[in-house]
Amino acid sequence: MALIELSGIERRFLLGDTTVHALADLNLSIAAGEYVAVMGPSGSGKSTLLNLLGLLDRPDAGSYRLEGRDVTTLSADEQAQVRSTRIGFVFQSFHLVPRLTAAENIALPMMLAGIARSERDRRVAEALKNFGLDQRADHKPDQLSGGQRQRVAIARATIMQPALILADEPTGNLDRHTGEEVVNLLEALNASGVTLVVVTHDPQMGERARRQLVMEDGRLKHDSAAHAPA
Amino acid sequence: MRLPDILRFARDAATGYPVRTALSVLAMAIGVAAVVLLTALGDGARRYVVGQFSALGSNLVIVLPGRTGTGGFNPATAITSTPRDLTIDDAGALRRAPAVQRVAPLAVGTSEINFGGRLREVMVAGTTREYFAIRDFVIAQGEALPEEDWNNGSAVAVIGATVRAELFGSTPAVGQRVRIGDRRVRIVGVLKSTGQGLGMNTDELVIVPVALAQSMFNSNTLFRVLVEARSRDAIPQARDQTLAILTQRHRGEEDVTVITQDAVLATFDKLLGALTLAVAGIAAISLAVAGILVMNVMLVAVTQRTGEIGLLKALGAPARTIRLAFLAEAAMLSAVGALLGYLLGQLGAFALRQAFPVFPAYPPDWAVIAGLSTAIGTGLLFGFLPARRAAQLDPVQALMKH
Repeated sequence: MALIELSGIERRFLLGDTTVHALADLNLSIAAGEYVAVMGPSGSGKSTLLNLLGLLDRPDAGSYRLEGRDVTTLSADEQAQVRSTRIGFVFQSFHLVPRLTAAENIALPMMLAGIARSERDRRVAEALKNFGLDQRADHKPDQLSGGQRQRVAIARATIMQPALILADEPTGNLDRHTGEEVVNLLEALNASGVTLVVVTHDPQMGERARRQLVMEDGRLKHDSAAHAPA
Repeated sequence: MRLPDILRFARDAATGYPVRTALSVLAMAIGVAAVVLLTALGDGARRYVVGQFSALGSNLVIVLPGRTGTGGFNPATAITSTPRDLTIDDAGALRRAPAVQRVAPLAVGTSEINFGGRLREVMVAGTTREYFAIRDFVIAQGEALPEEDWNNGSAVAVIGATVRAELFGSTPAVGQRVRIGDRRVRIVGVLKSTGQGLGMNTDELVIVPVALAQSMFNSNTLFRVLVEARSRDAIPQARDQTLAILTQRHRGEEDVTVITQDAVLATFDKLLGALTLAVAGIAAISLAVAGILVMNVMLVAVTQRTGEIGLLKALGAPARTIRLAFLAEAAMLSAVGALLGYLLGQLGAFALRQAFPVFPAYPPDWAVIAGLSTAIGTGLLFGFLPARRAAQLDPVQALMKH
């Protein structure tokens, strides 16, 4: 069974009095454990697709089945519950809370989910070790380098052990070397079984994914899996 | 999200923006301090006045000539409509009333007191020895007026402390002969200085026997009759008996007004209580203003932290959690402000009491409780709108604002 099944997805925006089709007639299936890169020029609908996959946005038409469950009809709070337990986000600009320490930022999803303090501390300590951040636990984001910040963000995205990680230009704000580190980290997570969807317009990074999707004008222009069925 | 986590998160959010937090806490503190301090002033004034009235003497019933109330038709009023004067004999007759402990007639006028070429305008009170007991006057030197027939005023006087100091300086006053108006009298006593009191200033008073005062002013009417009841519980009986005796003496005509000190006190109490309430109301406006300021600050916070709200939503926070977090922050700002304001207000009241020891500037409990709960209430009320706005933000839009 596919982890993600999109069928007939449409998403329109009203800009002034013209309707923009950000996504049109999108059919897509992603299996559990896949490593997918979404590419395409600006405005091609990559980010809209990612927001949709992350349940931050709702389609105007079509259905989205996550782990076999239709999630488009869920209420906002039910979708929040799905995000909390099944989906991890990694953003281009890291999105760390500036007044919280690295450890507190990593613990944030668990705090929101109401997990007890002792359990949180145990899992954060483990994550800090795994991501090589043990020396940085009490540092605020402005005391961390870009690579360290993104590592904190990835640790935060994985702390609830989600099935799916959505990364929007995860290396966009990083130099080549640290970007490489972050990609290695994400790929290691994928190797451990987590489904990884990365939006990027860096072709080199796109090449590393096992499956490439190319978007243009809200449509899927190219799907590498279609040519070489697994 | 667990409650302790929400509170900690809200606290960190508030302390993360120190200037904005300090300003809204300050506004709330000023509002609460205003309520505490102003009600302390109002209630202090009430206590002060009530205290001064109590100093007039306890269990007092006061008789005034003339009728101020509205009465029904009475055969007596058909014959005469002019009220009779209140006389010394009227006052004397009141001593028969069983509920009455003491009676003191009072005739008042102004005259000149003259000693050794020094002349001074003074208020002269004509009364009897009982007056000293009723008013709790303390004699500093000599003694009070002699016990004698009320209609037979001997030529003696008791003078206030200021009068003594002005006329006699450091020489002894008791036993000296002075001239009051056209009478020569002997000073038999000096009152202990009491400072400024309500009504008459006893330090500038000259007290003479009532009959002497009446002949001095060429009148046979009394200004007041002071009646002291046997106990606090006996005040209503004393009033009724006084009225009955005087009505009977005035041939069935109820032409005097009898007031109890309780009634006077109650009136002042009510009046100044209302004043305190009004002042509290004015101060409460500043609380409302502080509440609106907290709302503004929270709205700014929502705008400033839009990206963070988007993140919280992406991390799976339901709307309720975000609402609670912002509401908790508003409540914290208000509560800390209220507490700080309470301390400031108490400090102000304390300073006031240090500066004016006679003025009992204590804020009443109701005002403190009302002030604190209004502060926290408005904080929550005005915190609700920003919290709802935060909870309703679209996560995609919010995440882009970073």
